[in-house]
Amino acid sequence: MNVQEAPLPEAAAARRKRQRRRDLKKSLPLYVLLLPSAVLLLVFAYIPMYGLVMAFQNYSPALGVFHSPWVGFQNFMQFFRSYQFPITLKNTLVISVYSLLVNTPLPVALAILTNQMRRVGFKKVFQVISYLPHFISTMVMCGMILIFLSPQSGMIANLFHLFGAKLPDIMSDAGAFAHVYVWTDVWQNLGWNSIIYIAALSAIDPTYYEAATMDGATAWQKIRAIDIPMIMPTVMIILIMSVGNLLNVGFEKVLLLQNPLNLQGSEIISTYVYKIGLQNFQYSLSTAIGLFNTVINVILLLGVNWISKKTTDTSLF
Amino acid sequence: MSNSSQHPARAKRVKLSGRDFAFQVFIYVVAALMILAIIYPLWFIIIASFSNPSDVANGRVWLWPEHLDLKGYQALFKQTIIWRSYGNTILYTALGTLFGLAVNIPAGYALSRQDLVGRKWINALYVIPMFISGGLVPIYLTVKGVGLLNSFWVMIIPFAVSPYNIIVARTFFQSSIPDSLWEAAQLDGASTFKYFFKIVLPLSKAVMAVLGLWTAVGIWNQWFNALIYLQNENLQPLQLILRRILITNQQVAGNTTGQLAAELQQLSDMMKYASIVISTLPIMCVYPFLQKYFNQGVMLGSVKG
Repeated sequence: MNVQEAPLPEAAAARRKRQRRRDLKKSLPLYVLLLPSAVLLLVFAYIPMYGLVMAFQNYSPALGVFHSPWVGFQNFMQFFRSYQFPITLKNTLVISVYSLLVNTPLPVALAILTNQMRRVGFKKVFQVISYLPHFISTMVMCGMILIFLSPQSGMIANLFHLFGAKLPDIMSDAGAFAHVYVWTDVWQNLGWNSIIYIAALSAIDPTYYEAATMDGATAWQKIRAIDIPMIMPTVMIILIMSVGNLLNVGFEKVLLLQNPLNLQGSEIISTYVYKIGLQNFQYSLSTAIGLFNTVINVILLLGVNWISKKTTDTSLF
Repeated sequence: MSNSSQHPARAKRVKLSGRDFAFQVFIYVVAALMILAIIYPLWFIIIASFSNPSDVANGRVWLWPEHLDLKGYQALFKQTIIWRSYGNTILYTALGTLFGLAVNIPAGYALSRQDLVGRKWINALYVIPMFISGGLVPIYLTVKGVGLLNSFWVMIIPFAVSPYNIIVARTFFQSSIPDSLWEAAQLDGASTFKYFFKIVLPLSKAVMAVLGLWTAVGIWNQWFNALIYLQNENLQPLQLILRRILITNQQVAGNTTGQLAAELQQLSDMMKYASIVISTLPIMCVYPFLQKYFNQGVMLGSVKG
């Protein structure tokens, strides 16, 4: 509504009210479209969010969330003092930071490499094949890792055997766990993770390359002066999102690859939350550990977003 | 640049300087090695699954199946639980994908409309769950509380809403469907519902294909929810049954009187190879044809919300 059209305040207010009612009435069918998802979100996202108060209670199923006694930060203190705290925190950080350091630059490099391919047919085939492992389920992937690394009959053991060497039992080695996790992840997702950068590269204005060619730039110089600066914003966005998920390391994969022998290097916060909560039924303690995980994630997300905004002018919000 | 670019007839083919040529060679060598590193393990699984168990165990299988043998498949197919769980997975995937689309697409459309009263707040309500979750135990207790524990529907209903998919759909509607279309439809007297179902949806096949595929792959691969919510073996999906064969090494083979331990071990390995093939081959065969939709999806998702 225009401001100059309102000589009488009451009339304007009445008109605004009528307008508002009309708007609301027009929005009604839209609310109907939102209803199913809103109800599901309320029940399966927001009610559990309220359940986070269990972290500050000594929850007992008989009393429920509303009547269980409050204990303040006791559950958090119990976790911080337990011998599992340094182990799970260290493993979570090692696996996730390692993964971040490897999985950020490699897809960018692969995208640049793919972008340089001049044979269109080869490029297509290469892309189809490099995305392929992404569609293997986590379960099958872990099964493959266990079979291939089996020290008795695995393919890699046989390969070692061919050269007269003996493959150590890698899955029983806590120190090797992070390497296995990260590099099998590279095998499975490197191609897939590069798609977004390939898209960003294909959006670059070709006149840049033409101008560079005129000036006698080599392919390598063009990559350094055009490709890399142009995809930096995309890299930053992806990096921010990955850091925001830093402590949500592939829970399923870690859980499936765990065994009693590598637990020292493979117990991470989320698998510990699962064991404490749904195997030991210490509901409040488990919720507290999970909440700790979420809070760290949100702080990391906001922190990296802030740093990126200051330094590269790229940010999520 | 080399002199060759001055010869118009040859310029098209030989435009590379010595250094650029070396770079091209480097690229194709790296790409070829990567293809080998991806394809060989997959190929090995297939040939091993068709080979004689002791040839596989003793490293005599390298490029082709040795002494064609279907013991792994025979042992696997004897298990009725494999068939049942396979059926369950197909059912969960089909129903879950339909339900997911039915819930997420309309929400994405509603949020894309500028004239939705309270749009900013409602948007926030949909985005917050992406970053803050109640966590494992509160969600488990909620699912239990609404009586979905050990129910068929637990694989379909509770986690159908995906804020991320809704944002992708919203972005699609905002960028690909012009506002003037809605204005024109209104002049023709169309209601929001009629406009949404008769005009918007037919124009949204691309986004529905993408979100449908994501949802389908997600449900097909889902096992953890089944592990914690479905104790009833008859309701469990294929991936959870695979866990017994591939990860926990529970002898599904059964009925093994008189067999040697080593033979048993070999048979269990063969079942692993065979189960990987039967669970993964369908997706691997379909995927190259659907690849363009997945690519589109990454593009759609990369548009900042």
